[in-house]
Amino acid sequence: MARRSGALGWLGPAVVVGGLIPVIVMALDAGSGALGANPVQRVQLQTGVLTLALLLLSLACTPLRLVFGWTWPARIRKALGLLAFVYAALHFLVYLFDKGILNSDFGLQTILTDIVKRPFITAGFAALLLLVPLALTSFKGSVKRLGFARWTALHRLVYVAAALGVLHYWWGVKKDHTQPLIYAGVLLLLFAARWLWKKRKVTPRAKKRPVGGL
Amino acid sequence: IVQAKRPLGPYDTSEPVTPYEQATTYNNYYEFGTDKADPARMAGTLHTRPWTIKIDGEVKKPQTVDIDTLQSWFPLEDRIYRMRCVEGWSMVMPWLGFPLGSLIRRLEPTSKAKYVQFTALLDPKQFPGQRADVLNWPYVEGLRLDEALHPLAFMAVGLNGRILPGQNGAPLRLVVPWKYGFKGIKAIVRITLTAKQPQTTWSLAAPDEYGFYANVNPKVDHPRWSQATERRIGELSRRPTLPFNGYAKEVASLYSGMDLRKFF
Repeated sequence: MARRSGALGWLGPAVVVGGLIPVIVMALDAGSGALGANPVQRVQLQTGVLTLALLLLSLACTPLRLVFGWTWPARIRKALGLLAFVYAALHFLVYLFDKGILNSDFGLQTILTDIVKRPFITAGFAALLLLVPLALTSFKGSVKRLGFARWTALHRLVYVAAALGVLHYWWGVKKDHTQPLIYAGVLLLLFAARWLWKKRKVTPRAKKRPVGGL
Repeated sequence: IVQAKRPLGPYDTSEPVTPYEQATTYNNYYEFGTDKADPARMAGTLHTRPWTIKIDGEVKKPQTVDIDTLQSWFPLEDRIYRMRCVEGWSMVMPWLGFPLGSLIRRLEPTSKAKYVQFTALLDPKQFPGQRADVLNWPYVEGLRLDEALHPLAFMAVGLNGRILPGQNGAPLRLVVPWKYGFKGIKAIVRITLTAKQPQTTWSLAAPDEYGFYANVNPKVDHPRWSQATERRIGELSRRPTLPFNGYAKEVASLYSGMDLRKFF
């Protein structure tokens, strides 16, 4: 059972700290050589997978309330979403590094060609772009400034971003689709839960709707 | 590690050799699993002795030969080759083995022989990755006969002066340094000389991404990434990829008159 506000005040900070631990682990591993023979590729993969995992977790908050009546996930939804954005941005920075942005002969054309020519990159880049306005409007006052309806409509873009992210992962692997399939499956399950609950018009079991929640 | 202090041969690169640790823990070998760490972890399940190789097809001397016998037919040579993976990374590998051409000539191909087909071991007990149908097992690769007879084409039985580790293709693997790494079929159990172009595993799995020739070509992109650059394992920034992986002088003439965009 969820408690009234205050009792779970530690939850948000704990999620943020816990969510950033992989960055520290990756940095330590990079220092000790534990990232293996191809550290750039490893960090690329890990930041990408973390982005997807966090996005899916943030998308699980509402279905958890609908199905089980839990309200506490809604308290950490913002933190999960912002963490997802942080990892997406890191993922993109690693990509830029991989493309040689630090080299003196770097040309922006390399990246533009990649984004236009390769659907796999296009999907990933589009997902990142969609997350930018969401991250920018996840701070205090944004809901008020935009109005609840418009804010909610804008934040529905996260579904598109998550779907594009999974597609990006799917197209990115060479042959074995097991991992992307798991993410695709979870995403579909979350979509299905929302859709079914909406269709059956079952009122959520939770009595109190969380502030700003859908 | 036995690092031979010998003068470099005509086919050796003088570039620094990839550390043994990295060359043996970062491998694409889907028979052991699709993660690059899987082969090193799982290679203990593969038993490379006793091991026989069946030689058949368009040869005057079809036979089944034990790996140790086959190996004893030729003096073993060192070859320090660049290895360029189709995924955009590369290594420098000090192989030990014998030229493929020496083997082919000994088998005496008939006049009908135009291609060489290689088949890897099929055994899900030893190759846990074969329990999943990620690829059509067994792994099959092939070369045109003139490619196979080129002095750079090599059969490796060792690495860094020691016996070839399981994850690198023991007991016998193909090394074709001017082609992408996936042409280098591992754990070979059958060599067949054929009149027709072999149906190779990756070209069947994704025909638009992997061709039969698979010559390293910075100008022909993989549909999902550019092949213009590569990361040498151990380095952080990328370097330009060279046509035929830097072996153009030796092998470009094999493909004169061919449209390498079409025959990629």
